[in-house]
Order: sequence, then structure tokens, then C-alpha cells
Amino acid sequence: MHRRILAGDRLIAAFLTGCALFNYPLLSLFDRPTEVFDMPVLYAYIFAAWALVIALMAWAVERPFK
Amino acid sequence: MSKKILIADDEQNIVISIEFLLRREGFEVLIAGDGEEALAKVRAEKPDLVLLDVMMPKMNGFDVCQAMRADPELSATRILMLTAKGRDTEVSKGLGLGADGYMTKPFSTKELLAEVRKLLEM
Amino acid sequence: MLEAPVVIAASLLYLGLLFAAAWWGDRRADQGRSIIANPTIYALSMAVYCTTWTFYGSVGRAAVSGIGFLPVYLGPTLVMSLGWIVLLKMIRIVKANRITSIADFISSRYGKSHGLGGLVTIIAVVGIIPYIALQLKAVSSTVSLLLSYPEIVMPHRSATIPVVADLSFYIALILAAFTIVFGTRHLDATERHEGMVAAIALESGVKLVAFLAVGIFVTYGIYDGFGDIFDHAAAQPQLQHLMTATPSGTGYSSWFSLIILSGLAVLFLPRQFQVAVVENVNEAHLKRAVWLFPLYLLLINIFVLPIALGGLMHFAGQGVDADTFVLTLPMSQRQEGLVLLVFVGGLSAATGMVIVETIALSTMVCNDLVMPMLLRHKRAALDESKDVSGLLLNIRRGAIVAILLLGYLYFRLAGEAYALVAIGLISFSAVAQFAPALIGGMYWRGGTRGGALAGLSAGFAVWGYTLLLPSFAKSGWLPGDFLTQGLFGVELLRPQQLFGLTGLDGISHCLFWSFLANIGAYVGVSLVRPPMVAEATQATLFVDALSESGQGGAVLWRGRAQVNDLQELVGRFLGPARAQTAFAAFARRQGGSGSSGSSGDGRPEADAKLVQFAESLLAGAIGSASARVMVASVAKEEPLSIEEVMHILDEASQLRTYSRELERKSRELTAATLELQAANERLQELDRVKDDIMSSVTHELRTPLTSIRAFSELLRDDPKMHLADRERFLGLIVGETERLTRLINQTLDLAKIESGRADWNGCELDLKEVIEQSIAAISQLVREKEAHVEVDLPDNLPLILADRDRLIQVMLNLLSNAVKFLKPGSGRIRVTLALLADGLEVGVADNGPGIRPEDQQLVFEKFRQVGDTMTAKPSGTGLGLPISRRIVEHFGGRLWVESVAGEGATFRFTLPFAVVQQPAAVVPEAGTGGSLS
Repeated sequence: MHRRILAGDRLIAAFLTGCALFNYPLLSLFDRPTEVFDMPVLYAYIFAAWALVIALMAWAVERPFK
Repeated sequence: MSKKILIADDEQNIVISIEFLLRREGFEVLIAGDGEEALAKVRAEKPDLVLLDVMMPKMNGFDVCQAMRADPELSATRILMLTAKGRDTEVSKGLGLGADGYMTKPFSTKELLAEVRKLLEM
Repeated sequence: MLEAPVVIAASLLYLGLLFAAAWWGDRRADQGRSIIANPTIYALSMAVYCTTWTFYGSVGRAAVSGIGFLPVYLGPTLVMSLGWIVLLKMIRIVKANRITSIADFISSRYGKSHGLGGLVTIIAVVGIIPYIALQLKAVSSTVSLLLSYPEIVMPHRSATIPVVADLSFYIALILAAFTIVFGTRHLDATERHEGMVAAIALESGVKLVAFLAVGIFVTYGIYDGFGDIFDHAAAQPQLQHLMTATPSGTGYSSWFSLIILSGLAVLFLPRQFQVAVVENVNEAHLKRAVWLFPLYLLLINIFVLPIALGGLMHFAGQGVDADTFVLTLPMSQRQEGLVLLVFVGGLSAATGMVIVETIALSTMVCNDLVMPMLLRHKRAALDESKDVSGLLLNIRRGAIVAILLLGYLYFRLAGEAYALVAIGLISFSAVAQFAPALIGGMYWRGGTRGGALAGLSAGFAVWGYTLLLPSFAKSGWLPGDFLTQGLFGVELLRPQQLFGLTGLDGISHCLFWSFLANIGAYVGVSLVRPPMVAEATQATLFVDALSESGQGGAVLWRGRAQVNDLQELVGRFLGPARAQTAFAAFARRQGGSGSSGSSGDGRPEADAKLVQFAESLLAGAIGSASARVMVASVAKEEPLSIEEVMHILDEASQLRTYSRELERKSRELTAATLELQAANERLQELDRVKDDIMSSVTHELRTPLTSIRAFSELLRDDPKMHLADRERFLGLIVGETERLTRLINQTLDLAKIESGRADWNGCELDLKEVIEQSIAAISQLVREKEAHVEVDLPDNLPLILADRDRLIQVMLNLLSNAVKFLKPGSGRIRVTLALLADGLEVGVADNGPGIRPEDQQLVFEKFRQVGDTMTAKPSGTGLGLPISRRIVEHFGGRLWVESVAGEGATFRFTLPFAVVQQPAAVVPEAGTGGSLS
């Protein structure tokens, strides 16, 4: 029971994190014509944030709680 | 011929008092200070009666009683258990092991003599 | 090598592989060894979300709008993070109520309404058929592209190919066959298709591999990695806008709308509902899907922008459609194997979507459109037929063929029209209309059938007006001035600037107005009247699905029905054999016949539970609304009032609460019993200890009393006793009384210490002084034994904290013990005092007989005197050492003995310093070797 509540809370946190990262205005901070790691900064940012949110979700549901 | 009685007790003063009492009444008295000594003297001297204290060093009175009753040669020897622990279980345990009588400390000297005489059928 | 026979053979081979996978999946399911009972397969099956619209279309979108293709995948990612909450609830509801489609879900929620189910089905069919058409178009276009190989010719005039020569037509027919074979094997109360899911998971794997292969080929084969592509692109000014968000003012609002829209679509597209909810075999699989499905989406999108940029640069000015870059780039490089792999990947994206969507739609069409019509117009025929399960299956098969043919027809008619190209998002917008009624129904009890009907209708109408009709107009099927002038020339009614709203793109514009209308009507109409019985009942079942109080148990039916009638009814739809099995299984579970008594003619009468069971069986086959109607035809239901329903639900929930409470109480009771048992055992143990002590004390008291009484009686009975005997006996009597007094005092003393009521006068002491005082006190005894006492007591040692009188008591006890066992004349006692790290250690050594190792612990037990012979029988009470040990321990020290039998004994004790130098060292370690502790 406890586990489920915690997993749920973590997923909601991941959801809210994603909502913030994937939308205006955070998105606009990276909307500029420069490059990082040989790719447009916006493109790099979205994929990095995306991977982060997925990692958060995996952590939320798969990692056993102590 | 006077009857032979063994007193087995580790309390010196009790031995002294009973020894005095029995000698005065004309019995032959032997003394043992622990259970092993008592059993050895019973086998060696074949007393008519053993006054057996329960709480003794090396071998307690119950064990001595049991060993005596297991020995057919000692079947004629009477056993009177003496103990300071007067609980019913102790009494029945002694009698169950083959003791002929049982007295609780402290006892009256008259009663002790009466019991001794009864057991020796005098 | 890419001639027509090769392409056709590859397509057929691939479809054959699908048949094999599905056949294997079904076989394993029949054997009870499901291969889809696996979280990874479940997550892969969800990737049916990625159609040709993703496989080919993402690159097309990226070539126009840069990162604009991404929100369609970010939305599902976000929704999946809520999947644990929302999807889990949907799965629970679906399983508990044997719901088989999204139309059934909504219909069931609002009182098992035929009307609602039908409306949802119509919306789904209208919204989805063009989407199916899009898949067929993709197949058709790619086939014609391949056939022109090695030339790259855009298939703009595909409609000129006659139907009989069109490969996509045959593919549609094969897909219909596949869907019929694996989607309608039998009417199942759960409506699950394991073989189909296995095939879909396989397809998801194939399309991902194919897309990644193209991506790697373009990025690392044609170009030299990501950096190279972006560097080349950076040099081309016309590509700059692809590197940033859409420059127009609507960029972020459009982005935001797409995230919402795709997030809703991933839940409510019929195919997503089918694989994620209906086909779910184990809700624990959701756990992995929550992150694995988004990861799939991320992977399949990594190479989209590089391929788009690569294609734009490679085919600059050649008029190659960006939607085809995935295929045309490898074609241009003569990579025939890769081209074929991509074609198969695209085929798998198309077929996967078409198969699942068709199954889902055919179930809805059969259960929510055809069945209600049959019930209304052909009721007599239905009632007469013994077994209509065949009819039902045929309806579904017909629906499958009809849907696929409609899709093909739409594709042929629409061709290259805008209405087809934009259909992905138009479809998403259509199914998004389910959101208010469905999500509202899961979380809000107040929603009513009227509200849901109003909301859905309003939303659907606005969607049609603001999105579908404009797409028709843009395709030239409607007069264009309808767009610019508004309906009937009223400007306010311009479909894409409704009521003058501007500044939003078409999708956001539709989303806003349709949701405003939809939610407004849903909530508004729902609030007009309170929910009716059927609505309130279902609302409770849905809203409370996750809470324990919402799970089963409540029987919401009252009336009379006969077991035979019910079984016959179920048998008509599921087949008599299946009905027989199901009823028998139910009876076994219930531990009885499922009947309660019998009616007048001796036939067994069904109880409410059995009626509900029969209805749920039927619901799985013909939908919940039709099931309700059919059951009502054989059962005389006495309607429940809303108060009664609420009462039953309350009662069931109270019962569950009560039984949980009982369980908790009984657990507590068990725990309490165990505790009591333990406490009792402790008490008995204490009792036993107390008994032992009492028995020991009694024994120790009776022993001196025995001597005293015996001597006294001897003296009394014999007045003429010798004077010497008389004096000797009197002396012994006095000695025994002293022993008695000592015994009583020490017993009380020990009892006081043990019970913690002893008075302790702790003060800082010079231990040396205490020892000297004690030795002085015992000197008389020592002289009597003609013994010798040596002392080794250093000066100026630190003070210790203790009670002076108590310490003297300990020292006197140890010294007198030592003296007692000494041989007269040759005895020696040595008293030492030594400094330890954290305290002082005192030793009292004698050269007496010593203590055997096995007795060294016993001497510290109460009444345990150790002696060999009568002469060695100690005259003490057997309490001195136990008391001494307790005193030393009270002041934080230890007392122990070291001895070798025959060579004397040394008693030692330690005491900590008064001022604690090392705070942690409360109990000091033994300072010297040979510790006995």
C-alpha cells in the first residue's frame, strides 16, 4: 500500500516535471540558433529532457522502496 | 544385638544431635557426610536403618535411595528420609523411590525415635 | 532487383510471418502458456500508436516545421507517467465490468445506454476510417515508388492505377482476412486476442528496427554523424527555421495543443484502448509499459530530424516529397536491402494500425450499432434462434470487411487531397472528444447520460464544423468560400475563426471550441437533474473502482429469473457449450447451484448474483447495454429505487469495511494473545524462580532450626546430662541462632537490593582506607586461625564513588570467606589494589583449598555453598557472595573469582573512578588476565 502511494507520487512528480520541461517558457530558453554537442541546442535539450523524464518514470515504478 | 543405624547428613550439628539421641537409646550409630559416603557405608555395614538427608553434596538423598532399592542385597534396609523441604511433591517422590518413612525438618526428637522404632519393628 | 514480384513476395512473406506469429500466440494461449503475458510484449503492443504517419510522416513534418513533429510523442510520454493512475483504473473497470471497447466503456458508465454507445461508435468510425485510408495510401505510395526503382518518381497519380492492379487493395483484403481469422475466432466474454497482440508486438519491433536502420544509414552512411548533418544544414539559410521552434506567434500554443491532443489520443484512440486496456492480461505489466513505451517513442524519433535535413539537402530542388525521404534516401544510394527493410517496416506500421483499429471498430459497430438495431427491429428472430453466436461473429466479420473497404474507398476518393494528409491530427481531435465523458465518468459521480450525450454531440459537431469540413473544403469537395465567408455568409461562423477567434492554428482552434462545447454541455446538462438509479449505480462502480469499497460484492439487482432461461439466453450468444461451462464454473465458485429455491413449476430460480453473472457474460459478447436488454427479457426485474441502490452499495461497502475491521481486530487479538502468552510464561518463570528462592530460604531456615530443636529437646529430656555435653550443646544452639539471625538479615538485605529499595549513600572514597579498615575489623578472626595477611596498597590512587558501609561489607565478606577456608597455622591472605585505565581493581587471594572450575560460577548463586566434606561444610549463609557481587555491580564494577583447585582462590573486583575520565567506559573491562566472566 505504502509502496503504491509512493510510486504514484513519484509518477505525478515526473508528470509535472515533464509538463514544465516540455512547454513554454522553459522551452523558449533553448530556442536559439546555437549548437551543443554538434546539434541545435533546442533539439539536444528536448531529447535530454525527454530521456530524463523517462528515467524518472522508470525509477518511480521499478526501483524497490526501502 | 543392637540395631545399626546410619545417619547421612551434611549438617554437622544435626548429625551430632541425632547421634547423641540414638546412642543414648542404645543404637549402634554410623555417620556419613555425603551421598556417596552414605551408599558406600550402607553396602559395607548393612545397617538396619538409614536416616537419609535429601540435600547432600555429591549424591542427593533421592539418588542414594534409588540406588539402594535397586540393590537386592539391601532390601532389608529401612530408609527414613529427612528433609528441610517439606513439600508434598518431595514426600511422594521419596516414598515413590522406595523410602519407608519420611520426616520433615525440624522434627521432634520423640517423634523421630517413635518413627525409628516403628520402622525397626521394635 | 526491386521488381514487382520481389516487392509482392516480400509483402506476402511478411504478412505470412504475421499470420504465423498470431497463430503461435493463439495456440500458446489455448495451451494456457500465454506468450503475451509479458510486460515487454505489452509495452511493444502499445507502440501500435506509431503508424505510417510516424514512420513516413514524422520526417515530412520535420522537413516543414523542424521539431514540430515531437509534441505528438511528448504528450503520450506525459500521459504514461499518469498511466499508473488513469490506465490502471481503466483496466480495473474494464475487467470488473467485462467491457470490450471504448464505446462500451462510456455506454456502461452512463447507465448502459444504447444511444451513447452508438454515438461514440459513430464518432470513432467517422474519425478513424480516414486514418485507415491514410495507412493504405502509404502502402500504395511506397509500392509505386518501389516499382519505379531505380528512378525516383513521386506517385502523385496513384488513383489512375486500376483497383485490380493496386497492391494496397489486396493488402487490405489480406488484412481483412487476418483480422477475421485472429480477431473473431470466437465470441469471448473478455474479448481478448492474444495472437493478434503477439503479431502487433512483432510489428512494433520490425518498424523500430527498420527506422533505426535508415536513421543510422543516413546519419553515418550518407553523412558523417549528427554533427556533419547539422553543420551542412547550418550552412543553408532556408533550413535555419527547422533548428528552432516555429517562428510564428502560434508556435507555443500549437505545441501545447498537440501535447494535450496526443496525450488524450494515446488513451482514447480505439486501437490504443484495445491494446492498453482490453488486451491487458496483467495490470502489473503497466509498470514496465509506463517507461518502456515512452522510451520506444524516443528511439523512433531520434533520427527523424537528421533524415529530414539529409533529405532536404540531398534532394534539394528535385521535388521529392519529404514524406518519402525514409524510403527515397536509401533508394538514391542503391541500398536495395535497406529499401526493402524500410518498405517492410512501413508495411508493419500500416498493418499493425489497421488490424487493431479494425478489430476495435468492428466490436463497437457490432455491439453498439448493429445489436441495438437488431434488438429493436428483429427482436422476434433473435428470440427464436437457439444459437446466435454465429450471427454475431458474422456481423463482426462483415463489419471488418466493411470498415476496410470504406477505408480503401476513402483512400481512392481522397487521393492526394488535404483531407487525407492532415487526417492524423483530425483523428486525434475526434477521439479527444471522448475525454470529458470518459475521464469525467471515472472521477465524477454527477455525470449523467444526458450530459454525456450532450457533451459528445456538441464536441463532435464543433469538431466536424471547425476541422473536418474545412479539410473537405481544402480538398475542393466543398465550396471554398464556406471557409472565408462563413456559413451562409455569416463572418462570425467562419469555421476556422469561429466567432472571430484568430491567432490559433486550426488544431488548437478546434481543440479550444470543441472542448469548450463538450465540457460545457457535459457538465451543464449533468447538473440539470440528479443521476438516475442506473447512472448512479454505474457511477459508483466506476468511480470507486480503485478503492476497495468499489470492488464487486454489491448485488444491484432484484427480481425473479430462472437458471435455465438465463443459461439458454447466454448460450444463444456464446454457444450452448460455452454457456454450460461458464454456468458450471460459476456454480462451483459459489459452492452451490447458483439458485435460490425454485419457482412454482419446480425449475431452479436464479439468485441476483447469477443474474449479474449472466449479464456480464453477455456484456462481453454483445456490449453492456444490449446485455441489460437481453437479460431483462428473461428476468422479471423489480426496479430498485435510488435510495435502495445507495443503501445496497453503502451496505456492501460497510460490510467490507466491517470485515476489514474484523480482520484487523483478529490480527490484533492474535498479537495480544501471543503477548499474553509470553507474559504468562514470564510470570510462571518468575513464579518458579520465586518458588525456588522460597524453597531455598525455607530449607536454609529449617536446617539451623532442626539442630536448635534437637539440642533443646535433648537438654530438656535429660536433666542429668553431663555438664560438658550440656555446655557444648548450648554453645551449638547459640551458634545456630546466630546463623539464623545472619541468614534472616542477609535474605532481607538481598531482597532489598534486588527490588531496588536499598539505600545507597554514594560518596567519593579512598579505596585504600576502606580496605585497611576492613582488614582491621577482621584481624581477630585472622589471629584465631594463626593466619598472615599481606597487603600491597599503593598511595594516592584516584577516588572511586561508592557507599562506604557497603564496600566494607564486601571486603569483610571476601576476607572472612578467605579466612574460613584457610588451614590453621599456615594460612596466608594477600590483599592488593591496582590501577586500571578507568578504575581500580581489588584482589583478595588466599592459599586455601581453592574452588574447582565448575564451581566458580556457582559460588555467586544464592544458597550455593561449595564444599567437599562435612568438615569443609561452610558455616556461612550462602548469600554473602551474591550480595557482594550485586553491591559491586551497583557501583559499575565487576566481581569474579580466579582459582586453581588446591592452590587457593583469588577474588577480584573492580570499581570505576569517581570522575569518569572516559565517558563511554561505564562498565570497566577486567584489568588483569584470566578473567572468568
